[in-house]
Amino acid sequence: MRAETILFPTEAGLYCPSGGFHIDPVRPVARALITHAHSDHARAGHQAVLATRETLDIMAIRMGEDFAAETQEATGPLTIGDVTVEFFPAGHILGSAQIRVTPKAGPRIVVSGDYSRAPNPTCTPFQPVDCEVFVTEATFGLPVFHFPDPMEEMQRLLASMAEFPERPHLVSAYSLGKAQHLIALLRAAGHDAPIAIHGAMQRICDYYAARGIALGTLIPATADEVPAQLVLAPPGAVDTPWAQRFRDPVQAYASGWMAVRARARQRATELPLVISDHVDWGQLTGTLTELAPSEVWITHGAEDGVMRWCELQGMPARPLRLVGYEDEAE
Amino acid sequence: MKRFAVLLERLAFTPARNAKLRLLTHYLEATPDPDRGWALAAMTGDLDLRRVTPGLLRTLAGERVDEQLFALSYDFVGDLAETIALIWPGQGGLPNAEPSLSQAVALLQGTGKAQLPAAIAAMLDRLHPSERLAFLKLATGNLRVGLSARMARMALAQMGVPTVPEIEEIWHGLTPPYQPLFDWIGGGARPESAALAPFRPVMLSTPTDIEELRALDPARYLAEWKWDGIRVQAVSDRGQRRLYSRTGEDISGAFPDVIAAMEFDGAVDGELVVRREGGVAPFGDLQKRLNRKTVGRALLSSHPAGLRLYDVLIWQGEDLRDRPLTARRQVLEAAEFPGGRIDLSPLLPFDDWDALAALRADPPEAVIEGVMIKLRDAPYVSGRPRGPWFKWKRDPMVVDAVLMYAQRGHGKRSGFHSDFTFGLWDGEALVPVGKAYFGFTDAELRELDRFVRANTVERFGPVRSLAPKLVVEVAFEGLNRSTRHRSGVAMRFPRISRIRWDKPAAEADRLAALEALL
Repeated sequence: MRAETILFPTEAGLYCPSGGFHIDPVRPVARALITHAHSDHARAGHQAVLATRETLDIMAIRMGEDFAAETQEATGPLTIGDVTVEFFPAGHILGSAQIRVTPKAGPRIVVSGDYSRAPNPTCTPFQPVDCEVFVTEATFGLPVFHFPDPMEEMQRLLASMAEFPERPHLVSAYSLGKAQHLIALLRAAGHDAPIAIHGAMQRICDYYAARGIALGTLIPATADEVPAQLVLAPPGAVDTPWAQRFRDPVQAYASGWMAVRARARQRATELPLVISDHVDWGQLTGTLTELAPSEVWITHGAEDGVMRWCELQGMPARPLRLVGYEDEAE
Repeated sequence: MKRFAVLLERLAFTPARNAKLRLLTHYLEATPDPDRGWALAAMTGDLDLRRVTPGLLRTLAGERVDEQLFALSYDFVGDLAETIALIWPGQGGLPNAEPSLSQAVALLQGTGKAQLPAAIAAMLDRLHPSERLAFLKLATGNLRVGLSARMARMALAQMGVPTVPEIEEIWHGLTPPYQPLFDWIGGGARPESAALAPFRPVMLSTPTDIEELRALDPARYLAEWKWDGIRVQAVSDRGQRRLYSRTGEDISGAFPDVIAAMEFDGAVDGELVVRREGGVAPFGDLQKRLNRKTVGRALLSSHPAGLRLYDVLIWQGEDLRDRPLTARRQVLEAAEFPGGRIDLSPLLPFDDWDALAALRADPPEAVIEGVMIKLRDAPYVSGRPRGPWFKWKRDPMVVDAVLMYAQRGHGKRSGFHSDFTFGLWDGEALVPVGKAYFGFTDAELRELDRFVRANTVERFGPVRSLAPKLVVEVAFEGLNRSTRHRSGVAMRFPRISRIRWDKPAAEADRLAALEALL
């Protein structure tokens, strides 16, 4: 079988007819394999969902226990129809996985979902997996993206807190993954004081803690007076009346997009922090070099940059032009 | 270089003045000489370096990066220097061996044109990615951190004994990297500056009204018109002539016509104006002459500048600042200013405050924005003492405008929408005519914020577009024609003087009503 007949894009998302399933479908389907629990990849309303334990748990927290009629935890290789599927860690957020689809005869395809190669204390590191076709994201698929050492970014945040001790530091970070990653980095950088979190992050943080990921003392940022200098909130929250309880805050924003000034300006942030859960250019191209697949498929993001790089390397590549995945929420 | 890069990054994203000041002070305290001096000069625009052209940078990038990838990246980033800083391959030289700011400055000062491309490439190779942008901004002369010389001096004053006025007096005799200045701040001797024509801190007035004036004896005061120009100090000292703004910025370069007319020896205080047909031209004409390093012949003849004096600090070597105003005024009146560019602001005859009020209500020229009232016996003291000098401004002009856009504020208004764009009707459409950031109370701010949230139609980044529902009374001090504003007019000091919750938007003023005020 040719790769294009094993797995191909449809309106609902990547579809595997031999197994009768979609991967990260953007609309309700009969059987969905989900790489990770971010809302653009993991949606409610499928008949059956196969995902890692953590992804299933987080989906239940975010969408309710009844997010799918039937769920199954991915453990080890599993034969579905005429193909075998197996989940491997992607290093993006807790529970994130790459999915390898192996046909009885033909090329093995790895759908990496969103992935990262940088050390992240809140999830299992990315595992390179043998394959003939590697399906990659290209969120930061331009050579301008080189993410600095995250500990340096934490030092900048802590230095600002020391420089402006009277001002609360309100850090915008995506509720699932980024927020916990940031907290873990701060703890590693030696910040032991309680960190206040917006209500929307509470249950996810509780879940991370329950899975043994130490986040230290977290307090809710719901009272009129929040007794913590550091406050984490989802990006939209700084634009709501909730944020009015903080007097003269330093507004920080944690995202890979902060590497580019114009993007940081759009967020009206005072302290852009380059913290990403995606691969930067060096990690992306390094991963392609390491895996040396016979073909690269690009799902979403800056495909043109990655296409050009593959062309220069003589590595066959094509864009899948999938719709429905946001690269903004990073 | 690293510390300088971090500082630039913080300053670029920090809107609040006090926060900027603190960042700068901490940087200057923590950074050794001569780096901190070079940094200060670079940020205030006092550093003359070889300018690296965008073309040269593009060529350098082309030697290292695939052209197509570079084009895609530049298109995304939008800024050439930043694109190159980010895309430049490699992670810099050895840690702890990175070039200092002084080395970067030396490279940009001392490298010949032929060697420059290779020198810049080698520097980029040695710099850590986060420092490349700072270097490239320095090289292209484009730091844009919004730091005035005044702020720099305030930061310096926070570091040691010398006060801002003391630093201002010697500032113009100093050159980067200001080693004698930092020595003085660190406890050493005051640099005995050889600089002629120093700036002396100016005396400022406080606003007043008829109630406050009624308690004062009019016989003890002089009054003059308040001219709508900019306050300057003109200093001519043994042949060296300088024109300073009231904050001590040297603006001589933009006003060679005024400099040429300064045929005196002393330091005088007055209003910089554009003169036309014997009168004073509107502020908009003066604005065309401001913020320039040099000025062309055409502008010199179409917008001739001059001075209207009202005080004198130093005259023929003698410091008059301790003398009463009447004595200083006598010195000015006895002096001759040939050529017609410099004259005195006339005194206004008045016996009581009502008489002065009548003059203020009906000034002879449109560019008069009120009256100045000065205590006859007062010496010339720097700063803004309350009592000796009052400004009694004409009542502002007002229009009823419709709120169109809102943006979140900063500092204590963070979280509230406090920056408003308002417009007037032109036919069936609203045309934005200005922006206002203040004029409302904290309670009103909360109400405005609630209105903004409930009436947002669209968002563009941090800006919200609003349903045209709310009328605000906007007060402003003057009006100029402007090609930069869609409406063709620009207001001076606009502020929201009243929120007209009661007034339907359709009854707000029309653009024609504003144009009629021109």
